[in-house]
Amino acid sequence: MSDISEDRVRHLAGLARIDLTNDEVTHLTAELSKIVDVVATVSAVASDDVPATSHPIPLTNVYREDVVTDDVLTTEQALAGAPEHDGQRFKVSAILGEEQ
Amino acid sequence: MTDLTRHTAAELAAQLADGSTTSVAVTQAHLDRIAAVDGTIHAFLHVNPQLSLDAAAASDTRRAAGKPLSDLDGVPLAIKDVLVTTDMPSTSGSKILEGWMSPYDATVVTRAREAGLVPLGKTNMDEFAMGSSTEHSAYGPTRNPWDTDRIPGGSGGGSAAAVAAFEAPFALGSDTGGSIRQPAHITGTVGMKPTYGSVSRYGAIALASSLDQVGPCSRTVLDAALLHDVIGGYDRHDSTSLKDAWPSFAEAARKGAQPGSLKGLKVGVVSQYSGDAFQAGVMTRFRESLDLLAAAGAEIVDVSLPSVEHAVAAYYLILPAEASSNLAKFDSVRFGMRATIVGGGTVEQVMSATREAGFGPEVKRRIILGTYALSAGYYDAYYGSAQKVRTLIQRDFDQAFASVDVLATPTAPTTAWKLGEKLDDPLAMYAQDIATIPANLAGIPGISIPSGIAPEDGLPVGIQFLAPARHDAKLYSVAAGLESLLHAQWGGPLTSQAPDFDTAVPTQSTRGGA
Repeated sequence: MSDISEDRVRHLAGLARIDLTNDEVTHLTAELSKIVDVVATVSAVASDDVPATSHPIPLTNVYREDVVTDDVLTTEQALAGAPEHDGQRFKVSAILGEEQ
Repeated sequence: MTDLTRHTAAELAAQLADGSTTSVAVTQAHLDRIAAVDGTIHAFLHVNPQLSLDAAAASDTRRAAGKPLSDLDGVPLAIKDVLVTTDMPSTSGSKILEGWMSPYDATVVTRAREAGLVPLGKTNMDEFAMGSSTEHSAYGPTRNPWDTDRIPGGSGGGSAAAVAAFEAPFALGSDTGGSIRQPAHITGTVGMKPTYGSVSRYGAIALASSLDQVGPCSRTVLDAALLHDVIGGYDRHDSTSLKDAWPSFAEAARKGAQPGSLKGLKVGVVSQYSGDAFQAGVMTRFRESLDLLAAAGAEIVDVSLPSVEHAVAAYYLILPAEASSNLAKFDSVRFGMRATIVGGGTVEQVMSATREAGFGPEVKRRIILGTYALSAGYYDAYYGSAQKVRTLIQRDFDQAFASVDVLATPTAPTTAWKLGEKLDDPLAMYAQDIATIPANLAGIPGISIPSGIAPEDGLPVGIQFLAPARHDAKLYSVAAGLESLLHAQWGGPLTSQAPDFDTAVPTQSTRGGA
C-alpha cells in the first residue's frame, strides 16, 4: 500500500507551488493512493544490473558555437506575454512576506 | 461541383498544380465546413478566416507566377494547439495560457509555412496533452464525428476530429504516449509518431521531453507521409534532434501502395496485446488485417514483448516526473495568467494561487504525482526503476526486430467511449494507452491506420505498426500496402463511411483562446 496521506499531498502541493482546496486534497489523496499502488510495481521489475535509460536515442555533447545568432528574442518580444513588466524587466509582487 | 473538403491533400495538391482549383477556393471550402460543423465537433480552439485566406491568396499568386514553394503550396493544414504560432494564440488546452501569443513559431510550423501550407487554425487537446479523450481541455471537449456523444480520443482529439470531419485534409499532432495514434484509431484516421528526435520539438510546449514527438494526422497514409516530409529533419534549435538524412516518406508510401510490396515482409504479432482487455470488434478487424497481409505474401509470426506489461506503470512515473519539471515554467511571471490575491501577496503566494486557478484536475494530479516520484527517498524506487523498465522494453524491441521487419498490434483496446464515462477513473483512462506507450518509451516510430469498423458498435478501429528507430519509411510502406488492400474493399478511405452527424448538437462550452 502506498503512503499517500492528506498531509503528504499538502506537502507535495506546496513543493509544486499549487494551492489546493481541502476538497482537492481529499480527492487527490484517494486517487493518488490508487495510482501509486499501480505505478510502484515497477520497483519489483528491474534488478540492479539493468542500466537506467533516461533518453530513448542518446546523443552526447550537443554543443553549438558560443555566439549570439540573429534568432534570439528581443527584450520587447520576451516581455510581450508577461502579466506585468516595466519595459525592461518582468514585474512581480513582493519577494518576501512580512514574517520574513 | 465536387466538395473540395472530401479530397485528400495529395489530390488537392494535384488540382492546384493543374490549375483546376485555387488555394483560396480550397481554403474557403474548409472554412465553410468548419463554420458548418465545428459548433458541434469543437475540433478548433481558434480559427481566423482572414489570416487563412490571406495565406491562400499569397499561395495563388505564387502559383500564378510559376513559383510554388512546394508541391503542397496552398493546401490547408490544422495545427494542434500545443505548437506555438506567432499569428494565433497557443494555449495547449490550458486556462493558464488563455490568449497567449508566442513571439516565435514552432519549427514544424515554420516549415509548414515555408512549404506554402495554409494554417486553418489551432486544434483542441487535453490540457498540456495530458489525457486520452480531449475531455481534459480547459475549453470543453471535442466530439467524435462518428458519434457526437463519444470522445475523439486524446490528447490530439481536435486534430483527429478535424481531419475525420473533413474540416482539414491533414493536421499536426504530438504524441507522448499515443496522442496521435490513439485518436487516429478512435476516429478512423491515420496518425504517425515518428522516431524520437526525427521531427523538431522546438516550439512544442513540452509535456515529457524524453517522450514527446511531433507528427502528422490525416485520412490517408500518403497524406501523412507528405506532411512528414515537410516537417521532418534536423533542427539546431532542438538539442535532441537527429542529424540523419531521411528518405522521402511520400515515395515510401507510393511504393508501398504498389501491388506486391508486402511480399516477403515479416510481421510480428505481439502476443501481449490480446485477451479480455481488448474489445471483440477491435480484435476481429485486427485479425482480418493480418489475414490480408498474409494473403498479400507477408509472413505473420508471433512475438513476445514480456516487459511491455510494465510499460503503463513506468510511463506514469516518467511522464509525471518530467511534466512536473516542464510545467514549473508556468510561474505567473514570464507569460500566461496571473491570479490576483487580496493584499498583493508574495510572488510565491501569487504563483501558487495562479497554478491553482490555471491548471485543471488532471494536470494537478500529474504534477503532484511527478513531484512525489522525484522526492528524496523515492527517486530510486520509482523514477529510477521506471527508467530501468524502459531499458528492458528497448531490449524486448531489439530482440523482436532481430527476426521481424515490423510489429503489429491493435492501436488501443476499445473503440470510442461515451463522453464522461472514464473521467472519474484515471487508471481506466491510463490503460487506454497500453499498446501505444511502449513506442514512446523506446523512441521507435509507430503508425495507426484504420482497419475497419467494429461490428458491435459501428465505430472505427485502428491497427498499429511499429518499426525499429529510424525506420519510419518502412512504416509508411507497410501501412500504405495494407491501406491499398483495405481501400479496395471499402471503395476509399474509411472516413467516407462515417455517418452524417447532427450539427444541431451544441457544444458544452464556449470557445477559448480566440
